[in-house]
Amino acid sequence: MFLQHLLNGITIGGSYALIALGYTLVYGVLKLINFAHGEIYMIGAYLGFILISLIPAMPPFLQGNLILLLLAVVLVAAVICSLYGYYLEKICYRPLRGAPKLTPLISALGASIFLQNFVMISMGAKDRIFPQTIGMQAITMGGVSFTLLQLVIIFSSIALMALIYWFINRTRLGIAIKATSADPYMASLVGINVDTVISVTFMAGSFLAACAGVMIGLYYGSINFTLGYLGGIKAFTAAVLGGIGNVPGAMIGGFLLGVIEALGAGYFSSEYKDVYAFFILIAVLVFRPAGLLGKGANERA
Amino acid sequence: MNGHNLRHDLFYYLGMLLICAPFLKSHTVYVPLLFLGVWGLRRFAAFAGENRTITGIREQMESLVMAHSSLTVGSILAIALLLPFVSSNYLIDVLTSAILYAILATALNITVGMTGVLVLGFIGFYAVGAYTTGILTAKFALCGFWIALPLSGLAAMLCGILLGIPALRLKGDYLAVVTLGFGEIIRIFLTNLNALTGGPNGIMGIKRPSFGVFALDHPRDFYWFALVMLSLIVLVVARLANSRYGRAWVAIRENEMAAGALGINVFRKHLLSFSISAFLGGIAGSLFAVKQGFISPDSFTFYESVLVLCMVVLGGIGNVVGSVAGALLLIIVPEFLREFSLYRMLVFGAVMIAFMVFRPNGLLGSRLITEEIKDSADDDR
Repeated sequence: MFLQHLLNGITIGGSYALIALGYTLVYGVLKLINFAHGEIYMIGAYLGFILISLIPAMPPFLQGNLILLLLAVVLVAAVICSLYGYYLEKICYRPLRGAPKLTPLISALGASIFLQNFVMISMGAKDRIFPQTIGMQAITMGGVSFTLLQLVIIFSSIALMALIYWFINRTRLGIAIKATSADPYMASLVGINVDTVISVTFMAGSFLAACAGVMIGLYYGSINFTLGYLGGIKAFTAAVLGGIGNVPGAMIGGFLLGVIEALGAGYFSSEYKDVYAFFILIAVLVFRPAGLLGKGANERA
Repeated sequence: MNGHNLRHDLFYYLGMLLICAPFLKSHTVYVPLLFLGVWGLRRFAAFAGENRTITGIREQMESLVMAHSSLTVGSILAIALLLPFVSSNYLIDVLTSAILYAILATALNITVGMTGVLVLGFIGFYAVGAYTTGILTAKFALCGFWIALPLSGLAAMLCGILLGIPALRLKGDYLAVVTLGFGEIIRIFLTNLNALTGGPNGIMGIKRPSFGVFALDHPRDFYWFALVMLSLIVLVVARLANSRYGRAWVAIRENEMAAGALGINVFRKHLLSFSISAFLGGIAGSLFAVKQGFISPDSFTFYESVLVLCMVVLGGIGNVVGSVAGALLLIIVPEFLREFSLYRMLVFGAVMIAFMVFRPNGLLGSRLITEEIKDSADDDR
């Protein structure tokens, strides 16, 4: 049973980690909690749903390559979603640079309410059922049952994390993001266009969140317009758990949170599933306030 | 806003259309409205920031209100007292909830505004207060409202202290997320502790309070009662803000290290503001329980915490009267939008963004504080 819970936890944890990366990246450059990030994730899930519903209308020679089609769905959803991230920053955050700290928080919450209702109005308040695609039949191996889809989700979330890690550490733009999060003023002095960097950060975060959204939609099989709220909070918790602003921290925090939740739900009571995450969070913060991988607490006040 | 040209705008709006496209089916009519809205806001922002007449009028109105503050407050209070005579029961009900939210916002303002501690799960204290009253007066019928009211406050305060002792050692966003967790934990427990809280069904049949034989059953009577409570609490908090404690809180908010160096026990003052705030939140919860007569976990979601926080920020962080104004605005304006029920929250979200963009310091953000915050923001750069 332990392995079973562990596997389920890792599946969910992977998507927490992907969303958490968005929080952490934005926090790194802007020192701001992007509270609308959960909604971006929700929109990603809906875009995935809309695009997958289009698959039966595709020409037959494409339908043979279902894997390829799914990949295309994720990619298109993620690209559109990164534009959502771009506009979110442009409309809600950019005019508020240098304003009191709580101000962007409120506009983020406004954006969150707006996006939630936008999706509710256009897609309806009812749950939407994801079309069955691939890898839904369970495979049992050594007492652990899983689906092919689950494995695909785990591997693609790890691959995406590797991608973002590469992007931040190896590309010029990524290094510019790192520089900006270390010191925006200094970064602008050495010729980095801070505005562009911030836009790119939002887009990268939204890209990952959209991937997580599509994967979660496929995994659970149904989505709702309120999805972004709990997903967002959990991922944020994961980001704080790992140390907000810290990229590997967000990844570890995400997996850890998913596993803790799955184990808690499996061994104790699933009604309190959401409580474990928060208790762990409070415990971590009290004993190690900067998160698992964060730097000293005073620095990041 | 200088680099605007036609091509940039074209791409900007085309992009927006593109990303909205997948979601548009039967509601296409509203798309031009949306675009017009965004365009108008951007133009207005560029215009209002530079136009002397507009900024001049705004400043004049502000100074007028500031100069005659007691007159303003007095006339508002008079209007509030007389309002029930000319309004329907429904409107009175809305106003009563606005008053309860105003109490909550005033309470939250102590931590968020005065002490500078961001609390995201404030509704947890409200819930504890409401459920204490519900359990004591209705579920087990142990005592009357007048005993339950202070007990509700104390129960919330106890929660505040228990949460505050570990949590207040943290700072900034970390603290915010712990309080958010607290709000969620309270709600989940309320949903699952069936024996005590009635689970998802909540508690029913909570009676309205009465003064001896004079029961506050009529909405109008309860409205006045709530108004008196609000005035009392606002008065106390306003006095508190100017007391030794209030000044210590502001000192901590502005510069924690300097405040500590001046001999202020930062942790204790934090805990004090936190527990007073929780106490008042509990009182508001108790009033809510008797107003509704029915409570369930649905009333205490994260969204409510956000709403209260918005009231504080909209009204002007750290401004006691501002919190009340923010509460009235955020409860009453959506009521007027009720005709567009489907689009109500959509508009609400957009208005919140617009408000922050054009009036980042809130309705009545006090001068002194605003400038200080601006300065410190500049220092960070």
